[in-house]
Amino acid sequence: MSDLDAFRAEVRAWLEANCPAEMREPVRDEDDICWGGRKFQFKSEAQKLWLERCAEKGYTVPDWPKPYGGAGLSAEETKILKQEMKRIGARSPLDSFGIWMLGPALLKFGTEEQKVHYLNQIARGEIRWCQGYSEPGAGSDLVSLQTFGEDKGDHWVVNGSKIWTSYADKADWIFCLVRTDKANKYQGITFMLFDMESEGVSTKPILLISGNSPFCETFFDDVKVPKDQFVGEVNRGWDVAKYLLGHEREMISGGGAGGDMVSVGALFAKSLGRNDHGELDDPILRAEMAAFDTDVFAYRAMGERFMDMWKTGRAHPASSNMMKYVGTELNKRRHELVMAGGGSDALEWDSEESRGGARARSWLRTKANSIEGGTSEVMLNVIAKRILELPGA
Amino acid sequence: MPLYHNDDQAMLKDSVAPFVAEQAPVSHLRTLRDTADETGFSRELWGQFVEMGLPGMLVPEDHGGLGMGHMEAGIVLEEIGRNLTPSPFLATSVGAVAALAKAGGTQASRWLPAIAGGEAIVALAIDEGPKHRPDRVATTATRSGNGFRLDGKKDFVLHGHVADMSIVSARTDGGITLFAVPKNAKGLTADPRRLVDSSLASHVTFDGVEVDADAVIGEVDAGEEVLNALLAATRTGAAAEMVGVGQGAMDMTITYLKERKQFGKLIGEFQGLQHRAAHLYGEMEVARATVMKAQQLLDEGSEGAKLMVSVAKAKAGRAANLAVREGVQMHGGIGMTDEYDIGLYMKRDRALAEFMGDVHYHTDQVARMNGY
Ligand SMILES: Cc1cc2nc3c(=O)[nH]c(=O)nc-3n(C[C@H](O)[C@H](O)[C@H](O)COP(=O)(O)OP(=O)(O)OC[C@H]3O[C@@H](n4cnc5c(N)ncnc54)[C@H](O)[C@@H]3O)c2cc1C
Ligand SMILES: Cc1cc2nc3c(=O)[nH]c(=O)nc-3n(C[C@H](O)[C@H](O)[C@H](O)COP(=O)(O)OP(=O)(O)OC[C@H]3O[C@@H](n4cnc5c(N)ncnc54)[C@H](O)[C@@H]3O)c2cc1C
Repeated sequence: MSDLDAFRAEVRAWLEANCPAEMREPVRDEDDICWGGRKFQFKSEAQKLWLERCAEKGYTVPDWPKPYGGAGLSAEETKILKQEMKRIGARSPLDSFGIWMLGPALLKFGTEEQKVHYLNQIARGEIRWCQGYSEPGAGSDLVSLQTFGEDKGDHWVVNGSKIWTSYADKADWIFCLVRTDKANKYQGITFMLFDMESEGVSTKPILLISGNSPFCETFFDDVKVPKDQFVGEVNRGWDVAKYLLGHEREMISGGGAGGDMVSVGALFAKSLGRNDHGELDDPILRAEMAAFDTDVFAYRAMGERFMDMWKTGRAHPASSNMMKYVGTELNKRRHELVMAGGGSDALEWDSEESRGGARARSWLRTKANSIEGGTSEVMLNVIAKRILELPGA
Repeated sequence: MPLYHNDDQAMLKDSVAPFVAEQAPVSHLRTLRDTADETGFSRELWGQFVEMGLPGMLVPEDHGGLGMGHMEAGIVLEEIGRNLTPSPFLATSVGAVAALAKAGGTQASRWLPAIAGGEAIVALAIDEGPKHRPDRVATTATRSGNGFRLDGKKDFVLHGHVADMSIVSARTDGGITLFAVPKNAKGLTADPRRLVDSSLASHVTFDGVEVDADAVIGEVDAGEEVLNALLAATRTGAAAEMVGVGQGAMDMTITYLKERKQFGKLIGEFQGLQHRAAHLYGEMEVARATVMKAQQLLDEGSEGAKLMVSVAKAKAGRAANLAVREGVQMHGGIGMTDEYDIGLYMKRDRALAEFMGDVHYHTDQVARMNGY
């Protein structure tokens, strides 16, 4: 038995012994997702136990080094762990902006002290993070942000406001872009970390078209931020911000492949009925679903190739923009088809059978995929300029 | 196996790419076209392919070939596509070899070494109408004397009029059977037609063509498995060639966007064109990955290969088609001229799109394989 086979056997046995049965049920809605953090209310004992056991083992962030709360697994081992979790339908023990976004940035730019301190907290799900990038006047044009941190010797005093801050009202800490030098557009931004309970921080929820309210306006009114709570270098926060955005895009583009969902056509053939040849009964919809499924299988191959190339340094640095663009447009198409396939059932907004209009709400939510983390248009700009090297500013 | 070319494959590409670009660039196609060449490809160029060992890449080593895989054959096909090189490589060295190697037996021993040695060109006589429907076989093979008697007709047979042998699918009592029908068989007529891309494909008629019993490739009535091997290889190969065609067209177009000035600017500065170019790039990258995945699964003999082959033919078909359409449009008036190459890419794409199943055929297959 090779080392990897042995590892697989070990993982399998551990999961068998430690993953509660309830955590092998498919996720039905937001409530089933474990976000962790100081304010988080566990939905069940099993959810809590699953997080604790995984955190103990380093399995919330398997490929991070052990001193930072990870399991120190190699890329192959991480892949095996994921496969084995998927095999038994195990839920993710912890979903977190800390894991997806801040963690990778800290691993690259953080000091040793920051890594030990923050990464361990993230791995254990103790601190929930939110992302303070966008401002009312700085969306796609992020570097025009105005939130300002005034140098007061041992601390900054931050004033300004952020918008579209996902889960700001539920988060414990924020990673935030703050202008610290007004003279220099790019090299005048600092990447700060601070407690959302600091005096002067307030949030106001924003209702979305999905009827949910996962994000907020966030206001900073003379917020005191200690001088050691920044990542990278002072005034060079843009480097950290960009690196983090790469990871954010990767996370968002993953949705395009639809996780381990079965093909849309297969999903709807049952409810829509089949003709005498066993084909889905609506020929035009069948054709669209088949074209979509073809694109999903193709996109998965692209995802695999992208990861293989990314890990060995072969991928173009801007190729995550391409993945994000293709993946998010695909995910929107999936949900258009899910609505079409569902017919009038999919329109129900709050009935019990529709699980509170889950399908319609998800459909509406996916429209943000091509906006959040950089819009599709901005992705295309980056591809045109950085990969195709087309002329112009 | 990672989804990028390993060192050996990269080396192969480094020798094949300049070879094809120097010996058979688009001007080579133009020469054949303008001289109304009757073979449809250059025998001399094929001789150079033989010197490089290319025709026998997929032929097993014990039959005199190199025993390589679809990933490697794909490298050659992509360059053939990029340069619009007329060549019997796809039908002979990929499709026919896959069938013969799968079937083994007398026909394999006879033809595989001949293909590897460059002595034999093989045609694939599968379709009987204007659209690819390999399961609709009206051509019959009835027992006669020691062998069989073939009656029927086949369409879209590339190199059919010059092939030393044709692989023919025919209906026998208990199923489909594949036959190796040699050139000059009595009752066989090949009527070559010039296609939009200047290649030659034949309408082939079998009027009581007598073949020996050992002309059967594989087993009587059990030709489906061999046919499937032929189809999977040829479709994947056609997809790889389409990636080359699409990439060639896209590269030309991007270059043009960086050179052509209108309204006092390089047209590549206009966002309307930038976004379309970037979208095209994404589609081409997805197609490339998909074709590689199909090649990888075929080489591994994996269960999932069949689905991925159809995904690859469909996806490469869509992406390459987008590349040639955008190519002509973004070139403006010059894109419509015969003198400029971009139109030739559009023509080759159309022919390859039809070959062995178009986008719709393969999308339908994807639906079927997923049970709807
Ligand atoms: C669900 C959701 C969650 C989010 N979560 C967060 C979060 O947690 N933290 C955070 O900081 N931000 C978050 N965002 C904000 C997100 O990053 C911004 O919405 C995004 O960057 C776009 O900015 P904008 O909304 O200001 O749009 P704008 O920049 O005003 O864009 C408007 C339109 O113009 C187009 N456009 C703009 N510039 C160009 C250009 N140069 N070329 C072509 N077209 C252009 C855009 O593509 C878009 O279609 C979230 C957004 C959503 C929808
Ligand atoms: C079959 C045919 C017949 C014709 N007959 C005649 C005729 O009888 N008389 C005559 O005078 N002309 C004729 N023309 C020429 C025709 O009018 C031009 O081809 C046309 O105006 C486009 O100009 P161009 O070819 O120089 O392309 P370009 O202007 O070089 O355009 C190249 C590409 O860039 C794009 N582009 C250019 N500017 C912009 C911009 N600002 N924003 C976004 N995209 C841009 C174009 O849309 C095109 O895709 C004919 C052309 C054809 C193909």
